[in-house]
Amino acid sequence: MKLVTAVIKPHKWEEVRAALETFGVTGMTVSEVSGYGRQKGHTEVYRGAEYDIALVPKIRIEILVDEGDVEDVAGIVVKAAQTGRIGDGKVWVSPVDSVVRVRTGDKDEAAI
Amino acid sequence: MDGYYAWMIVATALVLMMTTPALALFYGGMTRAKSVLNMMMMSYIALAIVGIIWVLWGWSMSFGPEDGTFFANPFTLFGLNDVTPDTYIGVMFQLTFAAITAALISGAIADRVKLSAWVVFLPFWVTLSYFPLAHMVFSCTDSALICTKIGAQDYAGGTAVHINAGMAGLVLALIIGKRVGFRRDPMRPHSLPLTMIGAGLLWVGWYGFNVGSIVFGDDWATTKGAAANVMQFYSETGRTFTNTTVATMAALLGWLLIERLLHGKATTLGAASGIVAGLVAITPACGAVDVVGALAIGAIAGGLCAWAVGLKYRFNLDDSLDVVGVHLVGGIVGTVLIGLFSTSEGAGGIDGLFYGGGFGSLGDQTLGALTAIAWSGVATAIIGFAIKYTIGWRIDEEDEIEGIDVTEHGEAAYDFVSLSGGALGSGSAAKQAAVEARGVNA
Repeated sequence: MKLVTAVIKPHKWEEVRAALETFGVTGMTVSEVSGYGRQKGHTEVYRGAEYDIALVPKIRIEILVDEGDVEDVAGIVVKAAQTGRIGDGKVWVSPVDSVVRVRTGDKDEAAI
Repeated sequence: MDGYYAWMIVATALVLMMTTPALALFYGGMTRAKSVLNMMMMSYIALAIVGIIWVLWGWSMSFGPEDGTFFANPFTLFGLNDVTPDTYIGVMFQLTFAAITAALISGAIADRVKLSAWVVFLPFWVTLSYFPLAHMVFSCTDSALICTKIGAQDYAGGTAVHINAGMAGLVLALIIGKRVGFRRDPMRPHSLPLTMIGAGLLWVGWYGFNVGSIVFGDDWATTKGAAANVMQFYSETGRTFTNTTVATMAALLGWLLIERLLHGKATTLGAASGIVAGLVAITPACGAVDVVGALAIGAIAGGLCAWAVGLKYRFNLDDSLDVVGVHLVGGIVGTVLIGLFSTSEGAGGIDGLFYGGGFGSLGDQTLGALTAIAWSGVATAIIGFAIKYTIGWRIDEEDEIEGIDVTEHGEAAYDFVSLSGGALGSGSAAKQAAVEARGVNA
């Protein structure tokens, strides 16, 4: 089992969700986050005072997947979230030791 | 002239609206989310305290019959003694002026001042600074300094209101000092829509302020309803309404233009600020100039104030919401430019430099502005230092960092609940129960 985590531009969230659903992903966890990468922040000016705003709003998606689906799921996210411009975000995959479905007590693959 | 009395009732209510809620919204939107309630409270408190003091001794000290060069006897009409109710509306109209002048100062000292210090400051400040300047400018008796002896024109309060409040803001910002993290932490306006609403309401309220400031000649009492007075009412209110409108429009555009040239973007905060800068500058001049003069004063005020608000960073002065850059600078611009653009067709009957009147008016206007700057500066410094070395101005540094709304008022402006209904937030049932058990109003 793997955890696919994606940090993407907020306005790309609907496209990514739709693409994942079409593929057959049945659930995910989504949170509003802020951060920055190479893109850095942006500048805002208030009455002549320039502020460097370091943090940019992003959407973080977390999806538990079977080993076999990892490449596909990660690829779908990248394809749907891509604009080609700076600040598109990142997708990473990490190993998961165990999973339990709270309602039934199902374990691991059966719980995904 | 029943129409005049009806108008004054409306005008008074309009000016009251300028303090609460217009100014409170304009300033409140510009603060950070953790101090918006305190900022708004400073306006509401100012209205309540100054208003009560106004009927106790403010009216007497500003407009009472036993008058001198600087102020009138505060005890002659104490508590509106001997004032008849048929003239109360004039007392109330002037009450709203005193209240908003004091409230304007609060923007210079946002986020960091104890409520108790503000409550103590207000009565002393209006008594030592506003009431005398209102007498010198508005009462216009034979002995009044700025209106009569200097002869400076000020239709609705460029000197007594805006220079006075702006100078007080400058002095207090110096005495009280900078906010924690000034120039280090971002201090962005937390809600520009509030500020835009506030600026729009100020604009509407300002018609009460400027157009309501009409004064009739000495023979008004005996010739009430005379054709000459009716004609003056029509033409003067038409002039002040029109000038207030077009000057503000020019200032809005002037601010945006300078902002665009200096910083690359035309902003909503710039538009809101331009509106207020224009209103401030046309306040003293609205009765004295023609439409061209009003457009020029508005455009100059908008552009100059847009540039002036940047100066505080050069001087390392934390005039938090630019009371100096907008009200002091705008007030000076409006007051002094009367010396150039005044026309003898206006209410004062004086020609300025550009209308063939020579330098006389320009000199009078400059001297009037300087008098207000000096009076307000000295009076505010005395009170400011007295409070600093007795009860103190500042809240604790830790409280300021946490946010003055919570530490000074025990409230937060916004309850940010998540989509899950705030299970982790401050509204949880468990925490509420714990609070009630302790009998604490958290």
